[in-house]
Amino acid sequence: MIDQKWPLGLKILTATAALLVFVAGCLVFLYAPREIVMGEVQRVFYFHVASAWVGMLSFVVAAVAGVMYLVRRTRTWDLVGVSSVEIGMVFGLIAIVSGSIWARPVWNTWWTWDPRLVTTTIMELVYAAYVLLRQGVEDPERRARFGAVYAIVGVLTVPITFLSIRFLRTIHPVVIGSGDAAAQGGFDMTPPMLQTFLFSLLAFSVMYFALLLHRVRLARRAEALEMRRADLAMA
Amino acid sequence: MPAAERSLPAGRPARGSFVRAVGAIVWKDLAAELRSKELISGMLVFALLVVLVFNFALELDVRARQSVTAGVLWVTFAFAGTLGLNRSLALERDGGCLEGLLLAPVDRSAIYFGKALGNLAFMVIMEILVLPVYSALYNVNLFQPLLLVVVALGSIGYVALGTLLSAMAVQARTRDVLLPILLFPVVLPVLISAVKASTGVLQAVPMDEIWPWLNLLIACDVIFVAAGYMVFDFVVEE
Repeated sequence: MIDQKWPLGLKILTATAALLVFVAGCLVFLYAPREIVMGEVQRVFYFHVASAWVGMLSFVVAAVAGVMYLVRRTRTWDLVGVSSVEIGMVFGLIAIVSGSIWARPVWNTWWTWDPRLVTTTIMELVYAAYVLLRQGVEDPERRARFGAVYAIVGVLTVPITFLSIRFLRTIHPVVIGSGDAAAQGGFDMTPPMLQTFLFSLLAFSVMYFALLLHRVRLARRAEALEMRRADLAMA
Repeated sequence: MPAAERSLPAGRPARGSFVRAVGAIVWKDLAAELRSKELISGMLVFALLVVLVFNFALELDVRARQSVTAGVLWVTFAFAGTLGLNRSLALERDGGCLEGLLLAPVDRSAIYFGKALGNLAFMVIMEILVLPVYSALYNVNLFQPLLLVVVALGSIGYVALGTLLSAMAVQARTRDVLLPILLFPVVLPVLISAVKASTGVLQAVPMDEIWPWLNLLIACDVIFVAAGYMVFDFVVEE
């Protein structure tokens, strides 16, 4: 039986995440300077990269949860996997949409077939396939096994897809590390920008873990409800 | 003592018996196909239809052909391949043969390799039949040794993942729609590198521009075969 109230740790984590994201928002709009070439639209960058990072992080977490499930066979790991996938799907979408908003004025197009864009999209499709796979399997134990296997296969193939498209030329700017000479819309970060950027990454990561715990808790409660219903039906 | 009992190995099956088990499964698939011929004929007719559709969709004139032949070929192989994979594993499931295979005292990975090799055989047969037809229809010579190597390597990667995922798909309620949805996003690196390598061969670009794609293709094959070998146990366990 799961307690109705949030446990103390979850309360603290949720409050911290909310506070961090709020501060990150303030930093993005009030502290970070206006980028000289691109103007205000550059401010998308901070949450865009942070969302993309959470999207990838949840992919890796789902695969690790998959491995752990296959080894340990505990329901919790399965719940972590599916929760991570659902959160990753949302943040991947945020990354794609915010990127498009930025790309429209800077690249003069909503979309281009760049490795990063395509890889993020493929990742979303793998997530979608994962969800569809789980919907198609009724037996919970089998559903958990299949989900775990697919998450592992997905995490193997997405980086190779990225590599294979990267052989072709890219125009996506690489802000961290060295970029391609053909990249458009790149910029050098001033210290306030870098601080804002790193802070956003931190805030989004904490938010991810808070959401993950909430989602796992929700899944647990749904399960408990299911069990109680079955008990009532029996009685 | 009955013969069946005597042939059971005491502990873990020896390597010889592993190869024999794989061979037996491949042989079973090929023999069944030789009698019914429904899998290959289905794949082949479908593949030719896809080529036909492309012909009108893309207006495959001489100039367009130069750049899109490899793409058309691989899309054809991938679509027809899905058809074959679905059928091959659905046969096992419908006849209750999967249970029989799982009860057999062989390593589960032998079942994986057996099915994968059988699927590879069907895929290669389909490709060997499509290539001359395409060559004749469009007056291009597709029988270049390097292109055949690329086709073989691409098919290995495709079938390695496809066998694993179709084993999952046939056990799901939504099996008919599920396989392409599961397979295409993850098999993409194989298709990309195969298309790029094939285009390179057909346009006769220097070898050092083809090698990166070939290497990538080989790396994909190794990774996907290894992944299938490692996780197939979990897909078929009951």
